[in-house]
Amino acid sequence: MHVVTFTRSTPDTATRVWVNEDGAVTWGDVATVVNPWDEYSLEESIVQAKLGNGESTVIAIGPALHDDALKHSMAMGIQNALRVEEADTDTNDSLVWSALAAGAIRKLEDVDLVIFGKESVDVATDQHTYQLARRLGWTMLSYVSRIIEADYAAGTIKVEKMLEQGKQIVSARLPAVISVMKGINEPRYPNFLGIRKAAKARIPVWSAADLGIDLPSAATSARRYFNPPARDIRTEMIAGENVDTKAATLVDRLFEEKVL
Amino acid sequence: MSVFVWVETTAGAVLSSSWEALGAAQSIADALGVDTTAIVFGENSAAIAADAGNFGAASAIICDDETMRDYRLEAYAALLSNLVDKHKPAAVVAVATSRGRELLASAAADSESGLIAEVIDLRVEDGSIIGTRPAYAGKVLMEMSSHTPTTFITLRGRAFPPPLANAAANPSVELVPPPILDAELEIQIEDLSAELGAINLADAAIIVSGGRGMANNPAAAPADLSGEDANIWRAKEGFAKTLQPLADLLGAAIGASRAAVDAGYIPYEHQVGQTGKVVTPDLYIACGISGAIQHQAGMRGSKIVVAINKDAEAPIFKLARYGIVGDLYDVVPALTVALKARLS
Repeated sequence: MHVVTFTRSTPDTATRVWVNEDGAVTWGDVATVVNPWDEYSLEESIVQAKLGNGESTVIAIGPALHDDALKHSMAMGIQNALRVEEADTDTNDSLVWSALAAGAIRKLEDVDLVIFGKESVDVATDQHTYQLARRLGWTMLSYVSRIIEADYAAGTIKVEKMLEQGKQIVSARLPAVISVMKGINEPRYPNFLGIRKAAKARIPVWSAADLGIDLPSAATSARRYFNPPARDIRTEMIAGENVDTKAATLVDRLFEEKVL
Repeated sequence: MSVFVWVETTAGAVLSSSWEALGAAQSIADALGVDTTAIVFGENSAAIAADAGNFGAASAIICDDETMRDYRLEAYAALLSNLVDKHKPAAVVAVATSRGRELLASAAADSESGLIAEVIDLRVEDGSIIGTRPAYAGKVLMEMSSHTPTTFITLRGRAFPPPLANAAANPSVELVPPPILDAELEIQIEDLSAELGAINLADAAIIVSGGRGMANNPAAAPADLSGEDANIWRAKEGFAKTLQPLADLLGAAIGASRAAVDAGYIPYEHQVGQTGKVVTPDLYIACGISGAIQHQAGMRGSKIVVAINKDAEAPIFKLARYGIVGDLYDVVPALTVALKARLS
């Protein structure tokens, strides 16, 4: 049994990110972290590999920047890591990304389950997760808040999904691609042994040729990045003799703003 | 050639922001000199197609077969892809709900088409569609275009105004058969437990949100609880007895900060922020929330922010149009009383 998860290095949630004079996105020299949503998919991959008595592999698609996320994943306890890189291609384009990812999954041959975090915070989308499932022709189960039962011998999985309308319990056949939510587990911190092992690990890099695929050309392009217009917020601190008069003043203001 | 709009439904009822998507699609269609086509699957499709006509769709394609009754990604994507293949629309537009995101991404992969996700602004320039969307948790914005004959677009909810209804319209409706699905892709939906009456955060016009300060509830916790357990009890009590009455009065949804969720004060479904939901209400009332950058990523698109916090230095006040420095357990009940008086 084999679980695969994907990750990438992104700026930390608290890091300032801006567009510089050259129009490039930058976060200065602040170190990247593992994509915050991937903490949960990495943990779940470790748990499921252990439950299924199988192995776990983490893959990053893109440049060497993502090696830090791969090493963090290994330090947490993922057994194998590999990176797919193809020069002169836009791996931020989800069709290119998913073609490379599907090629890697096919090359591994024995994958039962792919686990994603909900989305990638840098590209701010989850479209690549669905497109990978589509390219593989596997069932997609998104927004999973709990794996109720996974029987790798029988090839079945039963999960709880979190939708806007409520919770849904769904069962499907493996292999499948799932994306997991925060709350599905408590991600572990890497321990000393894990960090040492990860530091020593050599991460193989595969190209499109290694995967034996014809890469599609990027379907989209980023025309430009820009900083959000500064919002001119004048804050009015509501004053008043006591809390009742302050509350009444606030209600007046909200009616004037026509938001009530 | 036309612009497709997927009209999202649940149990035969339309997700109201789908009409915003129809309005946005209409603006692209006008610029390209084509019409809009509503795509409606499931229960009540014919009536919904007629409504779509009232909101501007020139035509509709519907499938109300029994197998399409419940939303299932694989079946819906297979049928949408068939229709895209047959009609070659210039664009396919839907709201970026959990279903809209996965459905459009899947169909875009089937036809090797570009997808521009979570769009907040759209325009057509020299015949190509350009979407503005947030990246890096909204810290920067980007303009994205697609180079394929069909462009798939998901729209952030509440980013586009709904079109005006015109009851005189009469769209042409085409009924199509359901797709034939690979048996391997069949899933079984065993149970759906909807939170009855709960208001969806992404759709909410008003959100009342609580943070770490919710634990400062002066209500006495049961004697057998101490330490963090007592804090959790007080915070939960505060969400139920202090924030909920205000939310009920305003027809608002209840939100929360990551600090409140991680401390166990309220379920994760309510979390607003980078690892929670991104919301864009007209009014966001932040109670006992300091306003960490993580939280700001989820709510900075709110039209008017009201901050209630004991700490006058809390970063949330920088985002707020109106601020009250004070204990939320004094201010929120007073606000509820003042609103009641004003509304009666």
